Amino acid sequence: MSKLLVFGESMEGTLRNVSFEAVAAAKKIDADAEVVGVIFGSEDLKEQGEEIIRYGADRAVIVQHEKLENYTADAYGQAAMAVIQEESPDGIVMGHTSIGKDLTPKLATKLDSGLISDGVDIDNEGDNVAFIRPIYSGKAFEKKIITEGLTFVTIRPNNIKPLERNESRSGEVTAKHVDIGDIRTVIKDVISKASDGVDLSEANVIIAGGRGVKSKEGFEPLYELAEVLGGTVGASRGACDAEYCDYALQIGQTGKVVTPDLYIAVGISGAIQHLAGMSNSKVIVAINKDPESNIFNVADYGIVGDLFEVVPNLTEELKQLKLNV
Amino acid sequence: MNIFVLLKKTFDTEEKIKINDGQIEEDGAEYIINPYDEYAVEESIIQRDEHGGEVTVVTIGDDESEKQLRTALAMGADKAVLINTDEDLEDGDQSTTVKILESFFDDKEADLIFAGNVAIDESSGQVGPRLAEALDISCVTTITSLKIDGDTASIEKDVEGDVEMVESALPLLVTCQQGLNEPRYPSLPGIMKAKKKPLEELEIDDLDLEEEELEPKTVTIDIFLPPEKGAGKVLEGEVDDQVRELVTLLKDEKKVL
Repeated sequence: MSKLLVFGESMEGTLRNVSFEAVAAAKKIDADAEVVGVIFGSEDLKEQGEEIIRYGADRAVIVQHEKLENYTADAYGQAAMAVIQEESPDGIVMGHTSIGKDLTPKLATKLDSGLISDGVDIDNEGDNVAFIRPIYSGKAFEKKIITEGLTFVTIRPNNIKPLERNESRSGEVTAKHVDIGDIRTVIKDVISKASDGVDLSEANVIIAGGRGVKSKEGFEPLYELAEVLGGTVGASRGACDAEYCDYALQIGQTGKVVTPDLYIAVGISGAIQHLAGMSNSKVIVAINKDPESNIFNVADYGIVGDLFEVVPNLTEELKQLKLNV
Repeated sequence: MNIFVLLKKTFDTEEKIKINDGQIEEDGAEYIINPYDEYAVEESIIQRDEHGGEVTVVTIGDDESEKQLRTALAMGADKAVLINTDEDLEDGDQSTTVKILESFFDDKEADLIFAGNVAIDESSGQVGPRLAEALDISCVTTITSLKIDGDTASIEKDVEGDVEMVESALPLLVTCQQGLNEPRYPSLPGIMKAKKKPLEELEIDDLDLEEEELEPKTVTIDIFLPPEKGAGKVLEGEVDDQVRELVTLLKDEKKVL
């Protein structure tokens, strides 16, 4: 039986959804594997250890240390290596998040291991487990296998469905003590800029505005629509360049790559660099006054019209729908 | 300061992807400097102008890679190195790339290494942090601001939209995120000067490497295009009707509401 570690990510006291997706991914890699959830932090992590088990892990290892309050590559790297050495797993799965992207390549080098980053699906038919990942900004996909050593992968949030939460599922939660030595990078401060705490890469619904939104104030109706839908607001590069919103919200080739269930593009023309960041979304709606806009070529549904009329109207309609449920 | 930039050429962002025999068709494609590496080149020049020293741009590539190196030299880099693996390397992955770079950097005593956050073709984002680990220097990824004072760097790092203020000692490897700077266009005098700037070409044999070290640990077994999307439906009628139909479709047909 193989053993797979899943590095969970704790955020403000709860595990990010991608951690549960990573558990599901581990089970897809090997349905019979022993899946061990590993969680790092500075606070008490017992509840989170139990939670990752409810989502399908067989047991959990929690590593609590004051130096693990914020992610630093050195502190997390040392803690992760201590767990890896003790558990000697056959594979490691983690989310392709800010932390995952930073930590896993360093671990892979320490372990002299391969690493497949940003997997969106797992194909486990033959002898080899293959990982599907987007390349060329989602314009193509490649299927990759590990030929030597650890099965080490990161998975893109929002693509692999988590297993159903099972309240009665239980397992062993072990606290592991680690020594953490030198840390070469010091975090002085964190400035919160993301508007509402939901990271774009994990959002289920995204309302994105482009140059057509015309101003900072023009984004107001988008925020209202996002609120009704429980979604997050994003933007095209054009809107960011015009300073309608912060670059933190940019979706596209040089911004975030997102795959929500529903993407509503408002006043976005659909430059190929923007499509690179969102074209793999499950359902795309385009609202634009120019019927020739490129965005209509990737949209499932399009509305040709004035966004300042259409968006508030849509928000109202959805509010009514909610009232009637 | 001894400054290095890791550079990769990539397909132009406008390029359509075609697949031929399980491979990306490269014939006739236009190449550019990976957009994130452009931020790296720009930042290296800014830092050199402020603190003195020399900028060396390094790429692993083929005969064609000289073009992107000359562009970086025209922007203002001082020297370029092409590690030409075209004839010696059949397969490789990020592990291979980093073994080559590690060997190259062995005697370089770099103070600062700039890399892109990710290359827009294979998009693994592994090479920068892997190299820092291999060289045992500190590393900060996705930076949006860099100030250097003595041997301390004060950095702003993008963390999924939030900004972390990070401090680190040199030597340091950083990967560059959008927002760090506005890459300059090469000027005409810059282009003229670039032609005379030193460009050294190395092969794997010039580096101290064993063949088995370069064995990839992952391999691509297939490449395919995303499923073709059927034409979308443009809704008709007055705004009220369009919106109502849209809500019905999203709710009943797509079940996303």
